[in-house]
Amino acid sequence: MNTHNPLWRFAGMRPAAWFFFIFLYLPIVVLVVLSFNGGQSATLWGGFSLKWYSVVANDAEVVRAAKNSLIVATLATLISTSLATLAALGMRGRAFRGQTLMSGVLGLPLLVPEIVTAVSTLMFFSFINLKLSLFTILIAHVVFCIPFAYLPIRARLEGMNPYLLEAAADLYASPWKAFWKVTFPLLSPGIISGAMLAFIISMDDFVITYFVAGAGATTLPVYIFSSIRMGISPKINAISSIILVISIAFVALSYYVGQRKR
Amino acid sequence: MTTPRLIAERRQLGRRLLLSAPAMLTLLVFMLLPLGIMFVVSILQSGDYGGVKWGEYSFEAYRNFFYERDLDDTLVFNTDYLEIFQRSFWLSILTTAGCLLIGFPTALYLALQTERKRNLLLFLVTVPFWTNLLVRAYAWMLLLRNGGLVDEGLQGLGITDTGLGLLYTNNAVIIGLLYTYLPFMVLPIYTSLEKMDWRLVEAAFDLGANRFHALKRIIVPLAMPGIVAGSILVFIPSLGNYIIPELLGGGKTLMIGNLIQLQFGSSHNWPLGAALSFALLSFVLLAMLVYSVRFKPGNAGGHP
Amino acid sequence: MHVRTTSLALSLLCALGVATSAQAAGTLHFANWSDYYPPELLKKFEADTGIKATLDAYDSNETLLAKLKAGGGAYDVVVPSDSFIEIMVKEDLLQKFDKSKLTNLAHLKDTFKTLSYDPGHDYSVPYLWGTTGFSYDSAQVPGGKLEESWKPFFEPAPELKGKVVALNSIEELFVPAAYYLGVDECTEDPKQAQKIQDLLLKQKPSLAMYNSDGTIERMAAGEVAMHEQWNGAFHRAHAQRASLTYVYPKEGIRVFIDNFVIPKDATNVAEAHAFINWMMQPENIAAASNFAKYNNAIEGSDKFMDKELFEDPAINTPADKLSLLKPFQLCSPKALALRAKVWTKLKK
Repeated sequence: MNTHNPLWRFAGMRPAAWFFFIFLYLPIVVLVVLSFNGGQSATLWGGFSLKWYSVVANDAEVVRAAKNSLIVATLATLISTSLATLAALGMRGRAFRGQTLMSGVLGLPLLVPEIVTAVSTLMFFSFINLKLSLFTILIAHVVFCIPFAYLPIRARLEGMNPYLLEAAADLYASPWKAFWKVTFPLLSPGIISGAMLAFIISMDDFVITYFVAGAGATTLPVYIFSSIRMGISPKINAISSIILVISIAFVALSYYVGQRKR
Repeated sequence: MTTPRLIAERRQLGRRLLLSAPAMLTLLVFMLLPLGIMFVVSILQSGDYGGVKWGEYSFEAYRNFFYERDLDDTLVFNTDYLEIFQRSFWLSILTTAGCLLIGFPTALYLALQTERKRNLLLFLVTVPFWTNLLVRAYAWMLLLRNGGLVDEGLQGLGITDTGLGLLYTNNAVIIGLLYTYLPFMVLPIYTSLEKMDWRLVEAAFDLGANRFHALKRIIVPLAMPGIVAGSILVFIPSLGNYIIPELLGGGKTLMIGNLIQLQFGSSHNWPLGAALSFALLSFVLLAMLVYSVRFKPGNAGGHP
Repeated sequence: MHVRTTSLALSLLCALGVATSAQAAGTLHFANWSDYYPPELLKKFEADTGIKATLDAYDSNETLLAKLKAGGGAYDVVVPSDSFIEIMVKEDLLQKFDKSKLTNLAHLKDTFKTLSYDPGHDYSVPYLWGTTGFSYDSAQVPGGKLEESWKPFFEPAPELKGKVVALNSIEELFVPAAYYLGVDECTEDPKQAQKIQDLLLKQKPSLAMYNSDGTIERMAAGEVAMHEQWNGAFHRAHAQRASLTYVYPKEGIRVFIDNFVIPKDATNVAEAHAFINWMMQPENIAAASNFAKYNNAIEGSDKFMDKELFEDPAINTPADKLSLLKPFQLCSPKALALRAKVWTKLKK
């Protein structure tokens, strides 16, 4: 591959990527450094200290909020990405009547402002007498994650050789097997991208989550937004850093395991 | 006439509809039905302190979008909301263009790495976003404020010698929005570029094509589905973003998202909030219709 | 591989089930602003009463009201501010107290015994209260001292251009502007509203921003010279920067009182009463004051309060300033619509 790699021909690309990653991680470095702040505030440096990590360890509410966030984001990502993958496969191919309308519906959660989705979903839930809980948050998250998972997968499918998938369908007896052996590997970059975007968007949602949250179902963004009155404390930086470290460790581990398998 | 071919086609269509069904049903029940309720809200009389008066229909909310009662109680044309819409659209366009400018080369760079490195880099692109928007925005406030780290760094490198005064300006808002939405551009473009056969590009170079031509004739057309998907994922959400303008821009001007939020909060005017969001919905749909007619002739279906 | 993901999903589903089914007897679902209630105090409550409590968060009175109106509840006790109590009572969103279970009501200070928004404490009991004034950095203002009036805030000296911050909410600006101009804060007269709008538009170029977050940090760092601020936030900023001063403007200063209420669809009503009654014990409410840095309404809590908090004139209003404190008024929908219009015009 490398001998054929035309990378060197596009001189501006490597600096652009470097710039991109520095831009991306600059605030993250600041955030992590401030989690070791000895002072009271999230923006003023008051010497090095680990005290906010012990505050987090003793604050059941913020830990529970982080846990709720991770549970919801993981499940919403799995479900919405599965739904989106199937839908993208269904929408591929020759246009049929009503297809434009259907893709419009798939993109709808993007188009409606958050607060409107929030209030109307809550009204709908109370209308059908669904008790608010972590489960109602999950439903709402699956809904707004769908377009974020769908669009990258759809982009991946577009322009892909249709005969590949049809040949696979002929080759394998069960469609299930054909999916796992051919379609999934072909689609996987799109599916991974879609899943990551869904995860990000779910982890960050405040407005919708707040409205459809039941008792005991506060998520991290709801917790963080609600601390506005008292000012954001460095414990938020501490818990964010913990989540970052866990996720990076997880990635590094899977990278390492993958390396060993080769 | 039911030829075998027709039957096969029909069966295939059935299968395709079946595949789309779970997502469609989810959206129909949990998105369209609630939106239907919201539409009813938009044509009801506003309650005294939020909510609506059920059964009292009124189109006042839609009329209020264009007209307002002046001090002497006459109806006059009101451009306030349109101005706010225009400003938000402009900011979103700038954000989308900026994301494309930084995101495209990055995606190309990612697509050219070895497979294992690619997945690792992909993760590195998203990891910063596992932290909350508010915390990231606070970090940017620290970086951008007068005498903040960006100022100090640039002065240390001898690039500037006075503070830039970036924070609480439109530039800060653009930086913040760019930051928020970059992965939504990079990932879809990467997704379409990843399947590229680089031998094509090599061949083009062998045939004497220069970089610009290779980019224009081969790479960009292949990346197009990703560019479109990315642009949608950046443009529309940034239209509704109000947290970044409030925090980094100093909150001196309203954005659409903010204006709508306000109607469900301290303005206690749910119907107007609902009407404003249906107006926004139709503006965006109109923009997309224009786009698809203008740039994608003959390509029915596809993206919303 | 697939087996592993499935089992992961299953265990997550179980976690989901556990998190949602905390419905056992003797529970209390309490919701409040984050970091506005000490976590240790909740543990003490659990130890004292055997009731298991969960604490949820909300970010503003407005979203709480919208949520309750849209049919969302599930909380047993929430803490809205004065202005919203009256609305919630009007809209039938609250439960009436069973006062036989609130024996500690007798501990309320005299000044809080009859409050305009809920005269008989049928629906609400004060939690903490504060004032919305403004503070300045005497090291940064010309002459080191400002007049005790809203004038320096609404019409700042030219030297302070770009060094003044206002809170980002219409109530917090409209009401003090009305005090300053001598206009009725609930005016329904567009001409009066126009006066306020003119004042705010004239002030806008002098402002660095409208922002209700991070007021403490901005003042503590000396980033700006003047800030419209809640007194509790001032107290925290003052602890980090001694040159800050809190102003009680002579035209009047808004008092806000946050109150415990029981929403209409609360399920654990007995526990809610037990909690509210428990919170009216002096040592408990004092612990909340010490944590959140705001004053409370309970007689005898003084001796449990931190000395520097109790002796801060910004927190414990001096007797000669008490007459300046102005309680909240609920304005008509028409007046509120005028306010909203001023806000849109100010920020369009």
